[in-house]
Formats: sequence, structure tokens, C-alpha cells
Amino acid sequence: MAADTLRVVGTATRKIDATAKVTGQTRFADDIALPRMLFARLLRSPHAHARIRRIDTSRAAARDGVKAVLVGRDLPIPFGILPVSQDEHALALDAVRFVGDPVAAVAATSEEAAAAALESIDVEYEPLTAITSPEDALATPAPRIHDYGPSGNVHKLIALDFGGVEEGFGSADVVREDVFFFAGNTHLPMEQHAAVASWSADGKLVLWSSTQTPHYVHRALAKVLELEPARIRVIATPNGGAFGGKSDPFGHEIVVAKLAMETGRPVKITLTREEVFYCHRGRHPTLMWIRTGVKRDGTITALDFKSLLDGGAYGSYGVASTYYTGALQTVTYVVPRYRFRGARMFTNKPPCGPKRGHGTPQPRFALEVHLDKIAEQLNIDPAELRLRQLVPAGSVTVNHLRIGSMGLGECIRKVVQGSGWATKFRKLPLGRGVGLACSSYITGAGLPIYWNDMPHSGVQLKCDRGGGVTVFCGSTEIGQGSDSVLAIIAAEVLGIDPFDVAVVAGDTDLTPVDLGSYSSRVTLMTGNACVAAAERARAIIARHVASQLAIPEDRVTFARSRVFDAADPSTTMTFAEAVQLAEAREGTVGTVGSYTPPRNPSRYRGSGVGPSPAYSYSAAVAEVTVEPDTGIVRVPHIWVAHDVGRSINAAAVMGQIEGSVYMGLGEALMEEMTYRENRGMVHKAPSLLEYKSPTTLEMCDVTSYIVEHPDPNGPFGAKEVGQGPLLPVMPAVANAVYDAVGVRIDEVPITPEKVLKALRRKQKGEAPRFGPAGFPAVDWPDATRVPPPELDG
Amino acid sequence: MSATKVQLGFELNGERVDVAFASHKTLLEVLREDLGLTGTKHGCELGECGTCTVLLDQVPVLSCLVLGQACAGRRVETVEGMADNARLHPLQDAFAELGAAQCGYCTPAFLLAAAALLREHPAPSRALIQEALAGNLCRCTGYLKIYEAVELAARRMRGEPASPARETLYGS
Repeated sequence: MAADTLRVVGTATRKIDATAKVTGQTRFADDIALPRMLFARLLRSPHAHARIRRIDTSRAAARDGVKAVLVGRDLPIPFGILPVSQDEHALALDAVRFVGDPVAAVAATSEEAAAAALESIDVEYEPLTAITSPEDALATPAPRIHDYGPSGNVHKLIALDFGGVEEGFGSADVVREDVFFFAGNTHLPMEQHAAVASWSADGKLVLWSSTQTPHYVHRALAKVLELEPARIRVIATPNGGAFGGKSDPFGHEIVVAKLAMETGRPVKITLTREEVFYCHRGRHPTLMWIRTGVKRDGTITALDFKSLLDGGAYGSYGVASTYYTGALQTVTYVVPRYRFRGARMFTNKPPCGPKRGHGTPQPRFALEVHLDKIAEQLNIDPAELRLRQLVPAGSVTVNHLRIGSMGLGECIRKVVQGSGWATKFRKLPLGRGVGLACSSYITGAGLPIYWNDMPHSGVQLKCDRGGGVTVFCGSTEIGQGSDSVLAIIAAEVLGIDPFDVAVVAGDTDLTPVDLGSYSSRVTLMTGNACVAAAERARAIIARHVASQLAIPEDRVTFARSRVFDAADPSTTMTFAEAVQLAEAREGTVGTVGSYTPPRNPSRYRGSGVGPSPAYSYSAAVAEVTVEPDTGIVRVPHIWVAHDVGRSINAAAVMGQIEGSVYMGLGEALMEEMTYRENRGMVHKAPSLLEYKSPTTLEMCDVTSYIVEHPDPNGPFGAKEVGQGPLLPVMPAVANAVYDAVGVRIDEVPITPEKVLKALRRKQKGEAPRFGPAGFPAVDWPDATRVPPPELDG
Repeated sequence: MSATKVQLGFELNGERVDVAFASHKTLLEVLREDLGLTGTKHGCELGECGTCTVLLDQVPVLSCLVLGQACAGRRVETVEGMADNARLHPLQDAFAELGAAQCGYCTPAFLLAAAALLREHPAPSRALIQEALAGNLCRCTGYLKIYEAVELAARRMRGEPASPARETLYGS
């Protein structure tokens, strides 16, 4: 459909759930209250690493109000989001692996009674050596945190060489090497995770949960509880923010289900804020080494990249996260030869996983700051350096990623022009500076979490004889506006108002599977499924309208809640009348649509991470001020341009861009998960006060540009916007700090302390830099040599 | 566990309510658990995030830090009382129009804090809005649409016809 014929798509539409949200009517998981409901609480480990010798729950079970107590052996079957790392138990079975690891659970008639009972559970621990960092994990193979992985406390090792990186360095004029560190940080959704379970005597389990992935929770419940999936219903309640933090199946979801089965009563759990920090699954702390060969004009001849990830105590999405630290370096600028080696270590800290940008912000930070240094070394403007070597639309990268539309050039030009780059870069007075960075992100993972041939997204669509349409889809509303995307797309295809569309989402009994709200997949995948279902409904209706009005089918047009002859709009009926006509002639008008991403073009081991139906592109310029006396960095303004392919709802696109910039700003300046290494790996700041995140007083002004290069794989050309615009923010700020005061801060967050240290070094005539010194020795396997795509079968 | 209950009355969203609740409960718990008004949310229950903000005698307070017993005879306003029957409060309308509510979890608190601000300052500067909302955390929006919604609502409440700037909704 051409842009000029679109009526709803692309406009700024009020979200269909906006009224419920501004009136407090949206029912989040903790808002659910059921008759005779019990309340669950979890006992958590005070040790970072210990064997559980004995648990005695008898005193707790005997307490007033306590209805059930569970320990690890009550739920002995392991689970985990990835089939290759089924390493979690709902409650620790024989070992605890971080401070906060759940050990036992109580259901009682009140939260207070449940909390008090936890104190009556007697646990005898045998403390083990705690592994505090990836470097420590490399040096300390025993005790092992898990008994799988290549060796010791190594979870995953990857080594891939695309096209022979060494030959590429041979043809370079300049070769540069840098080391970077990206601190771990967490999602911090305002809603604490909550879940309610209900069990009926006929053997049916219902779980309401603030989850982004009801389908995967469904599978985990069936596995651990040994129930038929057909007897389990998972309902994803609207998430009060998620950002990746609610995309693993969690022990507490399984625990309330088991407690409901044992007691025959509904059971609710709402995590405390401190517990949300222990659930974590946030950004992996990542150490990175990068070596790039370039010609004198700045074009890249070879890129060599190593990452070392602090995985925390469990696998989570970590194998995918590790691959992602090496997957997308190639999709912005042409990289003819590329090597990636990545390692993920187990440590005794809360598990890391996918946070907005999943594995990509860390390497993107490294690459974009590294390129800024190369540009300076070659005396080329950083914007020009990038514009000279953009990946062409429709090309295939050296690591076999198929690029569709590519609007990065336009994004760079927008922010360069809007920010007044030419009058500011290297021209502002000391203490003020600007920095540029770019990025790209997947629009949905090309492969599902578990191997299967089924669609990634399904939609059922029902037309009501009153003219309303209901869309049923397993997608999960996490605040990004996924329900509204479905309504807008159905309305566009059927020529009706989005507010005449009802959306039923995220309910495994009522809706076809959608894999979940992760990897920026929802708009493209559910959108395409919805287009397919709506087009089928339109075809059914059009057939009957054509015969009724005695016009050719291809002239039947749907718009403004009417169906009419394109050649003579006065030959018309209402949409409701058209549905009635179709229903009278062939019964209920209901259709389905589904979406499966294009087949992965490559077959090498590890090729499953990186392919996507479409790639979004972003560019940002940050302007900063740096106080030389205090090291305080302030960011007054960020200009950001994002190639979203096609905007489905402009207001929602703006919201995602601004929200991404905000979250990136927090990561750039202050957000960090920190632990007391010499005091048993206790979390230093598991609270909203001590874990610093930007308030209204730190948030910058943002100028946003929506760039539209429609992608053939997207619904109406749409690509993602939920994660991509976060990625350039951290490197843009770091590059701006250098422009302002001439010191390189090669790690985030860029705290005043680090800036001051770098400034002092500069004063002393030392390297004006703060960052990691080097990259430790890792026993890498021989790299898999992957031939370039043109030589690949 | 049977905690001692107290019974008291206060004005809630313009109506007198009488409620019995366990004496240790906070206003947040009384609203959500004993009165069934779940529009007031919580993010920490430690007074750190502002998510549980309600108005007590027209002043924004953190309901997780106010004992229910302290509210006897006082005036409490929550998000459920903002709309004028079926008509949204101008702040609610502007938040919905601009997408200032994304996940919607912090939204009730921002609405009430903003309502209190506009009662005192019908035409607040951007800096004043930022200061008034500095105690409320939002992880979705980056606050910008919230400022713009407060400004839009303020103009409408002053009787000025106002619509959002094109770049607010479509970018520059």
C-alpha cells in the first residue's frame, strides 16, 4: 500500500488503552484479588555461593495462617528460557548461587504472616568460594557454579572468522586497538513483578503474570509442574514496564502455581523492589577489545572483536546475549573481513540477560567510540567517516545478514544538520562538546527460542455484524503500544476506525501464539499476521459486496467505515452492512493470519543470532557540558534520528524514541549494578533511591527525527523503534565528553570520579583516558572460518 | 494473623467513606486492599519512587509513607476521582493524547502531582514542572511527553484553545 493511500497508519493516534491507563483502570497483576486468595513470599539466600545442607520448614509450617511451604525438592525439574541452558530451579535444589537466590516459599493468609514465617525456616548452608568477576571466573575453575559449559566457570565460548581477518589487516594503512568496558545495569520497571495462580479441582491451572513472554511461561510451567499444556492457561497482564526484565520464565511464577495446586486456593506473589533487583536479567557487564584496520580515507578493511561477559549465576538468554555482542557490528558500515570471539562466564551475582538492546549496546559503545578515535587519528570528520562506508540497502554482510531498507545516511544528515554539528564540533569552548554515534537494531529475531517450524506470530480476526472487529493475538502489551498497533493495522486494511477494533491479547487460552514482546519483533511480526488476517476478511466481504452492488471485486474499496465502488463512491454501504451481507451468505466472518520470518540465509553454527526480517537505523548527536573541577557531566540536548521504516503510530514512535534516549542517558551517566566484593557479594544498591536513574532534573531535551525507509518485510514497511534509539546515546555522550575536555572515558557509566581521574592524568601528561587496561587471556577455540556470502554455496 | 482493626472516616474523591482496616496499614494499603481502589500503584513502598502519590488535603503525599489512621477526617484524592463523571480531566486527556502514559503504571501519580501543581500555578514554567515532578520516576517516557501534556492541559484549563505542536507528535 503506498503511503499516500494510508489513512490511519502513520498518523499520531491515541492508544486504544490510553483512557484505561489515565484513569487507573488498567489491571496490572498486583491489582488482581480473588476470593480466599493466599499470599506468597520467598526466602532468599544470604550467601553468594553455598551448598544447602539441610532445610527444616516445620516451624514455619506450624505457624498461624501458614497454608503451605515449598522447598527446592518440591519442584526438582530444571527450566530456563533457552533449551541449551536449563539450569534454573524454581527454588534452589542443592546450591545457592547468588545473594537473593530463592530457597523456600510460604503461602499464608496475609503477606505479613508469610513474611514472618520465612524467619522460621531453618537453613544450614556450607559456604563455597564465590566467583566475583569474569576475570575471577577465568582464574578460578573450581568450585564450578554449574556443571555444564566448556570448562570451569566458562559458560560459553564463541570464535567466528568471516572472510579471514588477518588478510584484511594486511591491506590496512592504519590499525588501531582499543579496550572498553560497559558496566551492568538493570531494567528498573516501575511495576514490581507479580503473579497470581488459581487451580481448580478439575485440574486446570490459570496464571496471571506480569510477563513479556506468556508462551514461554506456559512451556516452563508445563515442564516443571508436569501438567498437560492444554490444562494450563497463562494470561499476561499489561506490564508496568518491562524492558526485557520480564522475558524469562521466573521461579516465582512456578512457585505460586505449585502453591495454588497444593492449597486449592488462589495465590498471589508481588516481589519487593529489592527482589526485583535479584531477578535482574539485565545488561551484561562486558569487557571488549577491538582492533580495526582502515585505509587512509577511513574505510574499514578488517575488524577484530573480543567480548568477555559477566553472566551472573544462571544461563538465562546468555548464549544469545553473547552472540549478540558480535552480531551487529557489520550492519552499519561495510566490514569486508571480520572476526568475533566472545566468552560468557558464570559468576555469583544475579543473572544477566536481555535488557533493551540485548547484547548490542556494549559492542556498539565500543565500536562508535573507537571510530571517533580513528576519525581523529585520520583527521576526518566523524560523520563523514561513517557516511563514506554505509552498508548498502539490499546487501548481505560478511557475516551473512541480509539488509533490507537502510536509512542511516539520512539519519546522520538529520542530526548533523539539526544539531549545528559543523559549527560546534571541535569548536565549542572548553567544557562544552558534541559527539556523534550511530547504530542499528534487529526487528525481531529470525529464529524462535526453541526449534520449531511454526509461525512466530498468529492472529485471529472476527468481524461483528455491528461493524466492530476483534483481533485476538498472543502479543503482550508492555507499554509500547502493541495492542494499538494491531487495532491500527486492522483498521487500515478494513477501512474502519481503530477504536472500533477490540484487541484480546496475551492469553494462551484465547489467543494464537505470539512468541512475546522481546527482540523488537512485535510490530513487524504481529503486524504482518494482522495484515494477513484482515486482508482475508476484506476479501470475503469484498466478494459479497461486489456481487451485491454488481461491480468488479477489484473496485470494492474500504474506507471511512464504508465499503464502496472506487469508480463511483455513491454506490456504497456501511462496513457493518457489508459484514452482515457476508455473514448472511456464508456465516461468521472470522479469519486467521500468521507470520514466519524469512529463512535464515546461512547455516554456520551461531548463524541463528543476528538474522532479522529488517534492521532499524539510528544516529544521535549529544551535546554535553563537563565541569573540570568536579567531573560532573550534564547533557542539555540530544538530537536523534531513527529509521523506523514506516511509522505505524507516530505518537508511539516518538514515545519510544524519547524513552530510549532517556534510558540510554541513564546508562551513559549513572546506572550500574554494584556489589560488595569483599562482603559476600551483597548488592550495594538494591533500591530505587540508591540505584541512580535519571529524574526530571537529569533528563535532557530531545529533538527527534522520524526517518522512513520502508522495508519490504515490514507491515506497510515498518521496522522497530523500541530499542534501536537507545544504542547511539552512550557512545555519543562519551564522544562529546572528549570534545568538551579532551579526555576519553572508555567505559560507562561516565561518572564524575572517572572524568576527574582522566583529567588529572591529562594534567600530569599521562594518557588522558579512563578505561580498562587490557583484555585477559582466554583459551579461545579455533575460530570457525565462515566463507563470505558470495562464496557460500 | 488477626491485627487490631480501626474504623474511621475520611473524604475520598469528594465522598465520605467509612472503612475498617488493620491499624498498621498505610494509606496505600487501605486504598488498594480495603477500598478496592487499585488505581494507586506502588513501586517500592519505601518512599523512593513517587508511584503511590495521592493528594491529602490537596498536597501530594507518598501514600506508602502515610498511615491510614492519619487520614481520619481528611480529604484524599486519587486517580479514580479525577474525571468529571465520564469526562476526562484535562490532564488525563492530554496524557492520553500525547502518549504521556506508556505502560501507565506511574501515570496516576504523575497526574495527581501535576494536578496539585496546576492548582497552585495555572501557568507553570517548564522548570517548575520539572521541579514539581522530580520526585516521581518514570522509566518509559523520558518525561518529555509528560511535561508537554501538563503544559497542554494547563493551557486548556486556562481556557485557551490549544493543540499539540506538530513536532510533539511527528518529530522535527
